[in-house]
Amino acid sequence: MNWIQQTGRHTLERVAACGRAGLMLFGALFAAPSLKNIPLTIRQLYVVGVQSLAIIIVSGLFIGMVMALQGYTILTDYGAEGSLGPMVALSLLRELGPVVTALLFAGRAGSALTAEIGLMKATEQLSSLEMMAVDPLRRVVAPRFWAGMIAMPMLALIFSAVGILGGHLVGVDWLGVDAGSYWSIMQATVDWDKDVINGVIKSLVFALVVTWIAIFKGYDSIPTSEGISQATTQTVVFSSLAVLGLDFVLTALMFGIE
Amino acid sequence: MQSNMDYLVDVKNMTFSRGERVIYDGISLRVPKGKITAVMGPSGIGKTTLLKLIGGQLIPDGGDITFDGESIPAMSRKALYHNRRRMSMLFQSGALFTDMTVFDNVAFPLREHTKLSESIIATIVALKLQAVGLRGAAQMMPSELSGGMARRAALARAIALDPDLIMYDEPFAGQDPISMGVLVKLIRELNDALNLTSIVVTHDVTEVLTIADYIYILADQRVIGEGTAEQIKGSDSELVQQFLQGKADGPVPFHYPADDLRAAFLGESD
Repeated sequence: MNWIQQTGRHTLERVAACGRAGLMLFGALFAAPSLKNIPLTIRQLYVVGVQSLAIIIVSGLFIGMVMALQGYTILTDYGAEGSLGPMVALSLLRELGPVVTALLFAGRAGSALTAEIGLMKATEQLSSLEMMAVDPLRRVVAPRFWAGMIAMPMLALIFSAVGILGGHLVGVDWLGVDAGSYWSIMQATVDWDKDVINGVIKSLVFALVVTWIAIFKGYDSIPTSEGISQATTQTVVFSSLAVLGLDFVLTALMFGIE
Repeated sequence: MQSNMDYLVDVKNMTFSRGERVIYDGISLRVPKGKITAVMGPSGIGKTTLLKLIGGQLIPDGGDITFDGESIPAMSRKALYHNRRRMSMLFQSGALFTDMTVFDNVAFPLREHTKLSESIIATIVALKLQAVGLRGAAQMMPSELSGGMARRAALARAIALDPDLIMYDEPFAGQDPISMGVLVKLIRELNDALNLTSIVVTHDVTEVLTIADYIYILADQRVIGEGTAEQIKGSDSELVQQFLQGKADGPVPFHYPADDLRAAFLGESD
C-alpha cells in the first residue's frame, strides 16, 4: 500500500509543479508589458547571450573540425569528398547547431539563471520586491525569459556558421578538398526553409523549454543552500533530457514524412 | 474603547497553518496608528509569517486581517499592490538588491512607482540616506556594507516612498551593541518624525521594552500576553515571565518532547 501511496503522492507533486510552472510563465508573459522592462531584457541578453559566445564559438569550431575530419575519411573511400560541405552544413544546421547549443546553454546560462533566482529568493529579494509592490514575475522572470528566447536561436546560428568554417579549415585547408566544391555543393544542397528555418524553429522550442525550466527551478527552489544546489542540478539534467527527447519529436515532424 | 479608525492593522481571530502544522489558531491583535507595536515570541513561532500575512504574501485559512479598514485577504491583486505602496517591510537580511549600489537600491521604489525626474530622486535618496546616516555610502555596493549598515540602507529604501506602515522583521538579530543602539534610535525617531506606524517583530526583550508603545507576546499559536512595557513586566503569567527573564526551563520546556530517557536507554523494561 505504501508503494501505491508514494506513487500517487509523487504524481500529484509533479502535476502540481507543472501547474505552478505554467502559472509562473503565464504571469510573466501576460502581465501588462512595461517599457521599463526593455533595458532589463537587454541587460539579460548580454548576460545569457554575449557571455555565452565564447563557449559556443569554441565548441562550434571544434565540432565542425571533427566532423570534417571524420567525414573526409569516410567520404574519400567512395571518392565523394566533394560532398563534405553539405554533410557538415546539414548536420550542423539541422541537428548539432540547435541541440548542442541548447545543451551548452543549459549548462552555461540555465544553471546560472536558476542559481541567481534561487539566491534572490533565499536572500528575500523576491519577497522584498513583492512588498514594494513590484511583481517579481515581471521584474525578474520575464526579462530573463525573453533574453533566453532571443539569445538561443542566434547562438545556434553562430554555432553552425563557426562549425562550417571549422569544417572548411580542416577539409579544404588541411586535407585538400576543393574549396569550390565545398561551398557550391553546400549552396546547392542546403535549403533555406527546410534546413535553416527548421533549425531555427528547433532552437526556439529548445529556448522555451530550457529557459522555462531554468527560471521555474530557481523560482520554485527551496531557499536553502541545499535546495538551490539541487535546483541547479535539476535544471541541467531536466533541460538536457527535454532537449534530446524533443529533438527526436521535432526531427520526426520536420524530416520524417517526406 | 477606541474606535476602529485608530488601528491601522487589525488581525481578527486569524487562523493559519502550513501543511499539518498549525501556526496560528484564532489569533487577534491590533496595531494602533502612529505607535510602535512589538510582537515578541520564541524563535520558530511564525513571527515572520505574521508579517507576510499582513503584507498579503500569504493568505490566512480563517479570520480576517484589515489594513486601514480594508480586508487584505479579500483584496484583488491590483488593490493589494496599490496598498503595498503604503506599507513597507524591513527584512531580516536587509534584502538589498546585490546588483545595485546603495543609491540605486533606495531609488528603486521611487523609479518604479513615481514619475519623478532623476534630479528629484537624487535629492530624495540623499535625504533618506542622511536620515539613516549613510549618505556617504551611497555609491557602495551591498556586499561592501557591514550587517548593520546593510540594515540601515534597507531601512532607507523602506521609507523611500513615505509609507504609513513599516514592519521590521527581527531588526536587532545579529547586531553588535552599537548598531543595535543605532537601530533602536532610528526606529523610534523615524516613527515619530515621519508619523509612521511600526510593527517590530523580535525576541530581543531589553531593546523592545525601551521603544515599544504596546507589546504582544506570542506562544502556542496565540497571544499569551499584551500591554505596555510596564504591564508586561508586571504580568503574572509564568510563560511571559519565562520569556522576559530568559529562563531555560519553565512552561516552555527545555526538552523537546521525547520519550523517557530511562526507557530509551534501558529498553522498555519498566
